[in-house]
Amino acid sequence: MPNAFSVNRREEGSVVILSLVGFLDAHTAPLFEKAIGDEHTSGRNEIVADCAGLTYISSAGLGVFMSFLEEIREAGGDLKLAAIIPKVYQVFEVLGFPALFDIAPSVEQALVNFSNGIRGGE
Amino acid sequence: MPSIEQTFTLQVPSSTVNLAMIREFVARVGGMAGFGENDVAKLELAVDEACANVIEHAYDSDTTKQVSVRATFDDEQIQIEIIDRGRGFDPSSIPQQDLDQLIAQRRSGGLGLRLIRTIMDDVQYQIVPGEKNELRMVKKIRKP
Repeated sequence: MPNAFSVNRREEGSVVILSLVGFLDAHTAPLFEKAIGDEHTSGRNEIVADCAGLTYISSAGLGVFMSFLEEIREAGGDLKLAAIIPKVYQVFEVLGFPALFDIAPSVEQALVNFSNGIRGGE
Repeated sequence: MPSIEQTFTLQVPSSTVNLAMIREFVARVGGMAGFGENDVAKLELAVDEACANVIEHAYDSDTTKQVSVRATFDDEQIQIEIIDRGRGFDPSSIPQQDLDQLIAQRRSGGLGLRLIRTIMDDVQYQIVPGEKNELRMVKKIRKP
């Protein structure tokens, strides 16, 4: 399915890892919004979005990252992105995301950044 | 050899579920026009953004309405027109804000337009209130 999208969740200590798989567009963004919203509502504010399986993103998906970043940081956490494939990364880059988000090459690195208190966009 | 112009049209019900079909259509036509993989991906994104705007804003997700995508290319460029009969608005009237301002305001609006303007070489709107709205975008084919 060219518009399939799923979010898989796992925990690594205090950090929640949301693995995004497939196509994140205006049709599928509400699913991702709910996944992040659920974590934030339940007080889990250390989140890594594992983008290794994310093959497409449009502004609707980017908007979800943007709309939660401030609230999550104000709650003392961070929303980090990891393992973005080049085709998707070019979209993040066009909009200047690398200056605002902590984007790690791997989930492991994002976890290290959490333990070292490193945040993006500062 | 003279350049032969070819036109392809896709018309779908106004629903975000059809964005995937629209992207596949654009990818096929973009590939035929001679764009490389990266440029095809950018074209898909620009058209996705434009159609998502029409579906969600011009038509308020009314699936009884139709969105048309018409792609015309020759040796030099591809022109893609998105046509709807919904509530027209002039996107160029929306001020472009910095990303950190949008984040501070918890707003993500305007990102799609920013992507369209970055990706395409020329973007024009023609709005005939109550009749037809047309977004015309052009991207030049970069010769290897």
